[in-house]
Amino acid sequence: MTNKNNNNGPWQNPLIYLLAFSSGFCIMGIELLGGRILAPFFGSSVHIWGSIITVFMLSLSFGYLAGGKLSTKNASLNRYGLIFIFAGIAVLPVAFSSEWVMEAIFLAVEDTRYGSLLASMALFFVPTVILGMISPYSVRLLVTDKDKSGQVAGFLYFVSTLGSALGTIITSFYLVLLFEVNDIIMVFSTALILLGVSAMIFNRLNQQKKISNNRSGNPQEAAHE
Amino acid sequence: MNKLSITFLIGVVTSLLISAALSTPVMAKTIHSERSLYRNILVEEKNGLRCLKFNVRSTKTQQSCMLVDDPQRLVFNYTKMLFSSLLINPNPERILIIGLGGGTMSNTLHQIYPKATITNVEIDPAVIKVARNYFSFFENDHITAVAQDGRIFVKRESIKKQQYDWIILDAFNGDYIPEHLMTQEFLQEAKNLLSDNGVLAANTFSVSDLYNYESATYKSVFGDFFNVRNNRNSNRIILASTKPLPTNDIIAARAIELSEKLSLFDVDITEISRQMTSTATSQDWPEGSPLLTDQYSPANLLNLKN
Repeated sequence: MTNKNNNNGPWQNPLIYLLAFSSGFCIMGIELLGGRILAPFFGSSVHIWGSIITVFMLSLSFGYLAGGKLSTKNASLNRYGLIFIFAGIAVLPVAFSSEWVMEAIFLAVEDTRYGSLLASMALFFVPTVILGMISPYSVRLLVTDKDKSGQVAGFLYFVSTLGSALGTIITSFYLVLLFEVNDIIMVFSTALILLGVSAMIFNRLNQQKKISNNRSGNPQEAAHE
Repeated sequence: MNKLSITFLIGVVTSLLISAALSTPVMAKTIHSERSLYRNILVEEKNGLRCLKFNVRSTKTQQSCMLVDDPQRLVFNYTKMLFSSLLINPNPERILIIGLGGGTMSNTLHQIYPKATITNVEIDPAVIKVARNYFSFFENDHITAVAQDGRIFVKRESIKKQQYDWIILDAFNGDYIPEHLMTQEFLQEAKNLLSDNGVLAANTFSVSDLYNYESATYKSVFGDFFNVRNNRNSNRIILASTKPLPTNDIIAARAIELSEKLSLFDVDITEISRQMTSTATSQDWPEGSPLLTDQYSPANLLNLKN
């Protein structure tokens, strides 16, 4: 079954799945490192993970909401790429400003439960909201036929959650053995920005192709209509 | 039956079989067991020896043991080896113990130094309760137990400019030490808490890839330190101080002074003093070994590779 309005070129959908996979990978990689980042100030008690998981779930839920809303207005691969670039930039303070943010909160809040909750809020809320926008936006770009929307969403969740699983295991089993926490965060950030840029480049190339196709193919299309 | 319910049935049967296989009977009598937020806590008794365990299956996870009829006697070698700290500072007045276990160390130290203040820091409130109920751990004007993560306690104490003469790091369960308690930054924070005569004693691993990393990290913070170990077990005690290490003569003289007092607790300090090696004369890890830091602390992944 062909898509009526899918004049996006053959590689657009695989690219979106790849991007969704990578965002899943980065989200869980960062969440896992969150425990490491907070430990020097807030320890490794059970409530540290409570704080981190709460903040990630909360910000993802807001991200889904915002991403869904954003996808209703002029959804495009270009804007999709921009989300990745913003996410990549928003991740950077985790590497560069975490120390003083945590120190300030450590001094202000005695109770480590609320201290760790505040600190993970300060560090992870913004980047995770932006990363959460990716899933619903991907659905918008992928679904062109409403009969297949469930199937598309299912495969998208499969891909992005698989990315999350791999991001968790690879980060915790291997990356922390090889690199410093901040270096890993930097790599996640760079990867997100590069993926965003590549989506935008892909979009531009595609549009150029479309314009030239339209020029040569115009008489045929007119005949169809 | 459809596929889904067959899959479900297989799942249930398999998990039942697995749990039956895992719950083989233990030899010693379990007199208390509970599941805390952090671990399974077991108190077992066999032939008058009562032990605290944090895991059923592993043999090396006895945390603390006590002879029910002779509670003063120290059962584990590593607790005896911790007394080597007294060769560096024979008169500790303020003692900080991170990792309570059964609280036997705290009890014993109170008997030796009734005037010393002893602060026990233990992350798991359930362990404190079990120590009180089953291992005669007691608190009084001089002894307190704080339920907190050791790292946070040290950070807060250093803001309050507190000082300790003896810090014992024993957040060690036989195969795991929390990674944020092994980093260079943490050791520096702990060093800040040491008084002028202060000594830090860490109960830790002695085999595995971690050995080199950990040793290099301690050296980077404290300079040369003593390793204390015997051939009977795989623990080692790291003894570090803010001051240069005492000479062999001073150690020998202090061992003689202490021997009578400590022999009451079955601690042979003269023998222990012979098990001490200074890293100044025998550094047994390669120069340039990587350091454990808050940024890089895969301590327990390194420890997997024996």
